[in-house]
Amino acid sequence: MTDFTFRVWRGDETGGGLQEYRVPVEEGMVILDVIHRIQATQANDLAVRWNCKAGKCGSCSAEVNGKPRLMCMARMSLFSADEPITVTPMKTFPLVRDLVTDVSYNYEVAKQIPTFKPGPPEPDGTYRMMQEDIDRAQEFHKCIECFLCQNVCHVIRDHPDKMRAFAGPRFFVRIAALEMHPQDIHSRTDLLRTKAGLGYCNITKCCTEVCPEHIHITDNAIIPLKERVVDDYYDPVVWLIKKVAGKK
Amino acid sequence: MALDKYETHEYDMIVVGAGGAGLRAAIEASAQGVRTALICKSLLGKAHTVMAEGGIAAALGNIYPEDNWQVHFRDTMRGGKMLCNWRMAQLHAQEAPARVLELEAWGALFDRTKDGRILQRDFGGHRYARLAHVGDRTGLEMIRTLQQHAVHKGIDVFMECTIFRLLKDGDRIAGAFGYWRDSGRFVVFKAKAIVLATGGIGKAWKITSNSWEYTGDGHSLSCWAGADLMDMEFVQFHPTGMVWPPSVRGILVTEGVRGDGGTLTNLSGQRFMFNYIPDFFRAETAETVAEADRWYTDKKNNRRTPDLLPRDEVARAINAEVKAGRGSPHGGVFLDIATRRDPEYIKRRLPSMYHQFKELADVDITKQSMEVGPTCHYVMGGVRVDADTTATTVPGLFAAGEVAAGMHGANRLGGNSLSDLVVFGRRAGLYSAEYAKNFQGTLTIDVGQIEAMARECLEPFERSGTENPYTVHQDLQECMQSLVGIIRTEGELKKALDEIGVLRERTRRIKIGGNREYNPAWHQALDLHSLLTVSEIVTRAALERKESRGAHTREDYPKTDPAFGKANVVVRQVNGEITVPQEPLPEMPDDLKKLFEGDK
Repeated sequence: MTDFTFRVWRGDETGGGLQEYRVPVEEGMVILDVIHRIQATQANDLAVRWNCKAGKCGSCSAEVNGKPRLMCMARMSLFSADEPITVTPMKTFPLVRDLVTDVSYNYEVAKQIPTFKPGPPEPDGTYRMMQEDIDRAQEFHKCIECFLCQNVCHVIRDHPDKMRAFAGPRFFVRIAALEMHPQDIHSRTDLLRTKAGLGYCNITKCCTEVCPEHIHITDNAIIPLKERVVDDYYDPVVWLIKKVAGKK
Repeated sequence: MALDKYETHEYDMIVVGAGGAGLRAAIEASAQGVRTALICKSLLGKAHTVMAEGGIAAALGNIYPEDNWQVHFRDTMRGGKMLCNWRMAQLHAQEAPARVLELEAWGALFDRTKDGRILQRDFGGHRYARLAHVGDRTGLEMIRTLQQHAVHKGIDVFMECTIFRLLKDGDRIAGAFGYWRDSGRFVVFKAKAIVLATGGIGKAWKITSNSWEYTGDGHSLSCWAGADLMDMEFVQFHPTGMVWPPSVRGILVTEGVRGDGGTLTNLSGQRFMFNYIPDFFRAETAETVAEADRWYTDKKNNRRTPDLLPRDEVARAINAEVKAGRGSPHGGVFLDIATRRDPEYIKRRLPSMYHQFKELADVDITKQSMEVGPTCHYVMGGVRVDADTTATTVPGLFAAGEVAAGMHGANRLGGNSLSDLVVFGRRAGLYSAEYAKNFQGTLTIDVGQIEAMARECLEPFERSGTENPYTVHQDLQECMQSLVGIIRTEGELKKALDEIGVLRERTRRIKIGGNREYNPAWHQALDLHSLLTVSEIVTRAALERKESRGAHTREDYPKTDPAFGKANVVVRQVNGEITVPQEPLPEMPDDLKKLFEGDK
């Protein structure tokens, strides 16, 4: 058992600051265990959001020494007892209290994405899809909605005013999952070009770096979506065909 | 005093709980044209369903055309040691395939067979490879599919909102009273019908795969409202939870590891499950390692490996090996897939197990054995419901998913939970909507009752006690773990009742500091009401069943008693006291009985 010093952000939208705690840490513990120990023994009302404690639900996102991560998957063995460990809430979202933020913006964006729309099934009422044709979309389905990618995205982090006009990496992944679903027949490129604000993304890959599910957000979702938008709206041949065919 | 002091919402139907069952119920009710609200303790999409790993059981017959609902029904009944409600098990087996295909039509992407159909995997107690899955993250796929489908259906979602009590007008349901976690403010829902889909009770035990939410809210809410509960002595300990390091003890290791070829071994490397084959399953279980290994690829000529016996059998076997001193260094046994399957296969089939062990335990499961042991996972018991409509014994109150009783009898088979959620979630939505549409009367909410509930909620702030809610919870977990665990005796169960009584006294001395805004200590103090209630209920039911069957093992009554095989232990609150009458199990019709001819 080793004693660590934790500096945990305490407060609400009206103000607050870092509060220091000395905590004994045992083998195998993760940051979330330490936060729970502080809560149970020193600061009963310390607010923290969590559920599964196994990296599957994406509830316990926070910034540890400034690095956005899931607290349940951050092993204490990564840190030295010589230096204090700082735990702060996700910076991008409005604060509720202590380590809990208001992530409702993400749920609002989700509502605006047209849902899955399949073509007709096989005569037996089921769908046939080959594994190799769904591998890509399955990668996107791994998303646990921790919103760490939304938290680090420069467009959202540095320009809160853009929140309204920008879906963010999580939802580019969601749209990519739908667009690359072999049975989906809906097109969302117009949404991407306009309301979702895909053009604001300048592919700095910060989202990919923090993804706990290791989804290749930039390379596999965002860049192919940008290419689709270009194909649909800026390719002169496609443009001409659409013009002649009378489609918008 | 008027109700308008409180934030009040009025709906035809509200669903409490937003896991698979709650979401499916809300989707169905909304499709029936009733005004529907969905209320959940956490954020949407974080409910326990998200953690389900191995798959969803449905006799699609994609791998084995011999599979059909009768075979699935038979497996379920036998897995439940014949104590399942036969009608629920029948409906479940019949409707599960349609519900899986419906998920696919809503955008779910299950792993595929070579000819592009839904792939199915082997699991404990299932005769054929039956579980539709997505690697080992099937629950995530399911909850996200339902969630994304639901948000476009005009359902109002109340997130991070906890229901504290149900409200009644006379005998009928009239609504619910709760609080917002973020502001701590109270909220009243007026509703003609309520579907409870609140999940389980596992947070009453110390070693558990369950999250903080699993505090038995729906079980307690319905008991306090006068509904019957049933089968509460049956709590499933999943045989394979992580055991090391201590901070991750209890985290689930999917049965899919064994379904995909993993085996259990003890300290001397022996595949000990061959020593624990019960007579009940002997005819269908392999007797030799060679036969067991052939079974994975040839199910026609070989019998199932004992590593895939139902969970109650495997959990007891592991418990016995550890007790006999043949366990692993940290008090579990070994689960090995590294020597049996190649690394690429393991990483493709079990990506989150690979990730979980690598990140949390420094174990590479493609090279090393895992250490595993039993972890509290699921409660078979719950609110007593009508098999077809999911109606409870209180008019207007319905229940589906883990909170409902009957479907799984004395022990649940892996994979039958996710299918239970969508089969009975849909039925709950359908029949609660029908009830709400047909309801003609008016419902009045008793304001005095609300005032009393609000005062009760706020007491922990105002009293001058010294108890810490986290400590009381930890002591309850210790009590249930050591006295109401896998193996039970009358003496220990009675001792547990005494301790629960002491803990209840201690909760009356809990003092909460800080204010009402997102205060987890306060939430914990309020959750203790339901935790203590379900703990007492489980213990009383366990005392009443004087036999060993399924997940309920009595050291003092080690044999299965045929008389108890014809009875459910019902739990009913009468004048504030919990009673546990036995009532006859509904008898299966003759055409279904034929499926079991020749069984032990």
